[in-house]
Amino acid sequence: MDTLRIAQDMNRRHFLQTLGVGLGGAAVGLLGRQAAAATVPRPHFEPRAKRVIYLFQSGAPSQLESFDYKPELTKLHMTELPDSVRMGQRLTGMTANQSTFPLVQSKFKFAQHGQSGAWVSELLPHTASVADDLCIVRSVHTDAINHDPAITFIQTGSQLTGRPSMGAWVAYGLGSANEDLPSFMVLVSRGTGRTADQPLYDRLWGSGMLPSRYQGVKLRSAEDPVLYLGNPAGCTTNLRRDMLDQINALNSERHAVVGDPEILTRIEQYEMAFRMQASVPGLTDISDEPEHILDLYGPDVRKPGTFARNCLLARRMAERDVRFVQLYHMGWDHHDNLPDHMSKQCRDTDQASAALVTDLKQRGLLDDTIVVWGGEFGRTVYSQGQVTEVTYGRDHHPRCFSVWLAGGGVKPGITYGTTDDFSYNIVENPVHVNDLNATILHCLGLDHERLSMPYQGLDVRLTGVDPHHPVTGLLA
Amino acid sequence: MSMWRRGIPGALVLLAALPAVAEEAVSFGRDIQPVLSDRCYSCHGPDAAARKADLRLDVESDAKTAAIVSGNPDASPLMQRILATDPGEVMPPPASHKPPLSAAEVELFRQWIAGGAVWEGHWAFAPPERVEPPRPVMPGWTHNPIDQFVLTRLESEGLAPSPAAPRETLLRRVHFDITGIPPTPAEIDAFVLDNAPEAYERVVDRLLDSPHYGERMAIDWLDGARFADTNGFQNDFARDMHPWRDWVIRTFNANMPYDQFIIEQLAGDLLPAATDEQRIATGFCRNNRSNTEGGSVEEEWYVENRVDRVETVSAVFLGLTMGCARCHDHKYDPVSQEEFYQFYGFFNSTADRGFYEEQRGNSGPMISLPTFEHQLELARFDKERQDAETKLREEEANAVPDFAAWRERVAAATPAELEAQPALRVPLRGRLTAYAGRERSEGESAAEPVWGTGLLGSSLVLSGAQEASVSLGDTFTFDASKPFSISAWVKPAGAGALLGRMDDGNAARGVDLFIGETGDLALHLVHAWPGNAIKAATDKRLENGVWSHVLATYDGSGKAAGVKIYVGGRRADMRVETDTLTDTIATEVPLRIGGRSASNHLKGEVAEVLLFDTELSRGDATALIDGALARAFSSEADETRQAEALAFAKLAASYELNRYRRKIEQVDREKADYVANVVPSVMVMEELPEPKPTYLLNRGAYDQPDTTKPLEPGVPKALPPMPADAPRNRMGLARWIASGENPLTARVAMNRLWAKFFGNGIVKSVENFGVQAEPPSHPELLDWLATEFVASGWDLKAMHKLIAMSAAYRQDSRVTPGLLERDPHNRLLARGPRFRLPAELIRDNALAASGLLSTTIGGPSVRPYQPEGLWDELAGGANQGPYIMNTGSDVHRRSLYTYRKRTVPHPTLAIFNAPSFEMCEVKRMQTNTPLQSLALLNDTTYVEAARHLARRMMVEGGSEPAARVEHGFRLATGRKPGPREMELLTSGLERYLQAYEAAPEEAAAFLKHGVTAEQEVIDQPVPLAAYTALASTLLNLDETITKE
Repeated sequence: MDTLRIAQDMNRRHFLQTLGVGLGGAAVGLLGRQAAAATVPRPHFEPRAKRVIYLFQSGAPSQLESFDYKPELTKLHMTELPDSVRMGQRLTGMTANQSTFPLVQSKFKFAQHGQSGAWVSELLPHTASVADDLCIVRSVHTDAINHDPAITFIQTGSQLTGRPSMGAWVAYGLGSANEDLPSFMVLVSRGTGRTADQPLYDRLWGSGMLPSRYQGVKLRSAEDPVLYLGNPAGCTTNLRRDMLDQINALNSERHAVVGDPEILTRIEQYEMAFRMQASVPGLTDISDEPEHILDLYGPDVRKPGTFARNCLLARRMAERDVRFVQLYHMGWDHHDNLPDHMSKQCRDTDQASAALVTDLKQRGLLDDTIVVWGGEFGRTVYSQGQVTEVTYGRDHHPRCFSVWLAGGGVKPGITYGTTDDFSYNIVENPVHVNDLNATILHCLGLDHERLSMPYQGLDVRLTGVDPHHPVTGLLA
Repeated sequence: MSMWRRGIPGALVLLAALPAVAEEAVSFGRDIQPVLSDRCYSCHGPDAAARKADLRLDVESDAKTAAIVSGNPDASPLMQRILATDPGEVMPPPASHKPPLSAAEVELFRQWIAGGAVWEGHWAFAPPERVEPPRPVMPGWTHNPIDQFVLTRLESEGLAPSPAAPRETLLRRVHFDITGIPPTPAEIDAFVLDNAPEAYERVVDRLLDSPHYGERMAIDWLDGARFADTNGFQNDFARDMHPWRDWVIRTFNANMPYDQFIIEQLAGDLLPAATDEQRIATGFCRNNRSNTEGGSVEEEWYVENRVDRVETVSAVFLGLTMGCARCHDHKYDPVSQEEFYQFYGFFNSTADRGFYEEQRGNSGPMISLPTFEHQLELARFDKERQDAETKLREEEANAVPDFAAWRERVAAATPAELEAQPALRVPLRGRLTAYAGRERSEGESAAEPVWGTGLLGSSLVLSGAQEASVSLGDTFTFDASKPFSISAWVKPAGAGALLGRMDDGNAARGVDLFIGETGDLALHLVHAWPGNAIKAATDKRLENGVWSHVLATYDGSGKAAGVKIYVGGRRADMRVETDTLTDTIATEVPLRIGGRSASNHLKGEVAEVLLFDTELSRGDATALIDGALARAFSSEADETRQAEALAFAKLAASYELNRYRRKIEQVDREKADYVANVVPSVMVMEELPEPKPTYLLNRGAYDQPDTTKPLEPGVPKALPPMPADAPRNRMGLARWIASGENPLTARVAMNRLWAKFFGNGIVKSVENFGVQAEPPSHPELLDWLATEFVASGWDLKAMHKLIAMSAAYRQDSRVTPGLLERDPHNRLLARGPRFRLPAELIRDNALAASGLLSTTIGGPSVRPYQPEGLWDELAGGANQGPYIMNTGSDVHRRSLYTYRKRTVPHPTLAIFNAPSFEMCEVKRMQTNTPLQSLALLNDTTYVEAARHLARRMMVEGGSEPAARVEHGFRLATGRKPGPREMELLTSGLERYLQAYEAAPEEAAAFLKHGVTAEQEVIDQPVPLAAYTALASTLLNLDETITKE
């Protein structure tokens, strides 16, 4: 953190010098304004958490091979899905024409873990080891059945394009807690399970009708972690500082002539840009992490761009008070070859997800950070395509899936919600995606009904127009 | 529009602050309706489903029956409720989260009711009222009627207009607004020195005549039209709609009347004898995203696309947010859910689909637009195909003249002796119990097989059912490490296994010879399908209903390459689909003719099946055929068998002709590739021959149509009706929109044009003219412009000129602190506009200043610099492959042509608020962020442009640093720097020179950015680097990226 503070002090000094040269009396007004801008918006009520790390598993992991244990399927394996269970629900075009819907049991064994006795599949041994910190929800359900609408829905509360994503809402609702970094940051990794998987889109971390400063800034594993962050070769930091001083001085000159306050905002943005040039590399440079911490996250952490590295970066962002860290791990869309793909995806994510919880906890950060793990929908109990001894596939299933939460404000060591013997329909405690999102906002001290933005006559909310509620059963 | 005498935005705030204004009569439209709309309509408005207490306040008669007693505020329930203190009584109720009315608002309501509660309809739905332009007091300032409105308003506010902008500033401003390309130093000089009274008018005329006018117009039009180069959604495959963009540019340049412009884009295909141009125009409607994600539901996306069109057309042309009425009656505007679907009905009978499964490129209906060169190439393909077809027909005719000739040929051929002896011979005649080792497997039908005569005199008839197939027990064992061959005669009637020893229940372990859906043959050797298996298939195809001979051989190598198949004695080209076999293929299930163990039963006939434990050759195939035929036709066969034999002979001979067929297929493929990838096409609108019925969709859901009530296409009742004789289709809609009688069309267009020049519309929400819209700042001016526009014959260039010539537009944009406080957003127009440039123009300006800008107009989109890996990070190999940058001057084309990938918008533009083009957007946000600073400082686009700007400073700017610096500043901002600015710039240059002298290697590195660096001769690296650093600061100035 020291490097950050030094960079900040240096900037402020330069900033004052610049203003001293160009603006004279205006400097006071400008600083006053900046101070005013620094007062963050207040939550609606006492928050339990200050920030979110969302480990989004893109493509939709199967609940049947992870958290939703269905022993009955051993008996029912390879029998036909009863019509009484399906109840005429719509299927995707990929299996709607299948002549048979054979039930398939999980190829992977389940066991109970921790004092809470949570059922977790053998594919997730590390996650199982932190089961007592987790709040596993097996009864999440969604409205959409294909990836694009479903990811858009879980992230924005609407299947239609163009609404703000959850990170933007949180940044808007809580403001920034760190002036040197964006308050909503995004990290993307590609799975090894299914390499040519569902793509992602920039708009998933868009700000919709909220001002665009609330949109997510994607941190890349490339040389420039933020687009255009690095000075071009041949432009040293000193030269850059000199150029910025000149730009600011000339902008101040112009402001004195034309009087447009937008120019003062621009001067502030150049200063923020310069601070980011110092703070982002400090964030992404993990050379100060001790071996035992790297080992905790697993061998992948040493490779930039992996899920494990992104989990470690997420922890570093939590330490720096970034409000919302959104991870995406691609590769979970297992229409065929599920056992093989699923094993690889779990290997990608299991250790680091658990490590993140452990690491946050040992630093006292889990108390005010919510960690969320889950995909956009679940997968069908019946097989897509042929079932063989070694393999099977599962199609999209919106009617139930499993998500876990951990940390600030969430009840640890519970498993919530029950599905039927087929993991097809929910029989107890359903949690709609918008309820889940309302719950996360609640933990942050935000009332999901008041966190709204009037737009074309509609009060746009993360949780949509229909009534939804935080799920009290999930709250500590 | 007399009610608008004092209509100003934020009126309530000003009213509270300025009691003088409060003496003016309360206006329903300005003061009352916005409050009703904001606080009341969601429960007491147009939406019948959400209405509480059966009370609506958007309809005068209802409101005055139940809530308002005209002339008596105290007796009005409405006043009682808004003043109530009991939480159960007060309106709006606390649970609605809507703020209570302020004291000023309550007072306005009281005055309004006391004054008789005069009710007026929503202004935007009433026809524009043209009033005489008022006569302001101040003499000499006004240039045209626009100014009379603006100045009169300023005078009533006690404000004076600003002086005229400096000439350089005005010139740069009008350049950006009309062509989007900044003036050159020569153009600046010429204008500054031209003292003629008509000097400025000449500039405006010159700019309106420029072909770049159409490009500048297109920038805004493309946003509303959601134009892009990809389909959006998760696959986001490429499409190419550039011919439509070219049409837009061309059409703006030709100054097509706006009414015609509307008609052609909405319904050009329905014009009598529609031309290609008119059909291209309808690409406007096809620019919506289109879903290709496998497994999607056609009807769901068919509906989404139509909804998108309603939203786009209502926003772009009518300034309405009709999309709100998709799921329920509109909460604020008089658009019911039923009316939404009536409007939707105009688009409900078009030929484009909702879902194009995994389809790349443009999707139909579309028209191909080959150039002359393309046409030559297409003709060459056609000739090649025709030649091959001619050859094929000739040879076919010669191949098999008649049965007698064929019989002679068979008889004359001396069949080669077949050396190999079959390990199992199944003649397929008589009783099956004759076969050694045969056991009836469990559950098998006891019925005897059905026998036929077939080509050879006897055959097994297969019905496709399990009981028709024949199990032969353990009579032949397949082993992947040993060779084998299968010979059989077959007349298929569909797909299935000709012969198999394969266990369906055990990952398909075993072997089968399989006839596919297309008549191709495949040999499977399987341990576990599909991960551990061989599948090799033929290019040759069997024909349903025709006998053929099949020989499949395998060399025991364990590899797909060891499989050969002969059809009719001709070796087939093999296609290897799976080659992963590593384990045993042995299985307990019996050998079966006509199926696998439990599935894939063949329909058709089979004769004389032979199994060998050796690998047979092509010669063996010929011998097997000739021998069988010779035996079978040694005596006279009946006519049916003769015909069958002839059909076989023709089929076999036709395999010889396959080279012509292959040639034809190849030419077809090449031509299709050429048409798809080289010849431009454009997606267009096409009406279905029979209209589809339109229904209201409950809650907007595609699968919940209210089929009890078919809906006629129609327009909302709150707007003027369509003429009685107008067709109820897109053409009728287009003409209704493009009519001077439509109260919205001209106003919306003029408001958007105004916003281009002044930064804000007269109605601030250019996208929404509904009840929720902030009232117009100058309502009478807006109406005057709208009526003038219609009267001019919808002449866009004329309206551009009118606005550009106005004194209001030509004001200086400097603002004093006092005026800033009084009118922060310049709604009163006491000063000129000052706004950050749109994303495209920021880049275009930098390229123009540096001399790099390529001014080529039109054509496909181009790919300039983009940080590496941006597409891959999100999409990986899943859709389009990597971003491949253009070369040459295409890197420096105007930003309008930058490739638009919807899911990954180009960052150089997106960072400056360019939309993602996924949906219609008629208003961009204006933000000011650190990412913008980083882009201008570090994006290769700007670093390279800075170097070229530096060169121009050094080459064109003379030898003195001061003169060079001045030249550079002028290129970036369009004006000369002041003394203090010069001082800052020259001292900066000094420091950069010192810095680079001390580190020449940094200088060398700094000069290597961008594609142009390779060809450049650098003789003075240190000064050039220093000037480049200076130029970079120039390109980063607020003024450089701002229209002042």
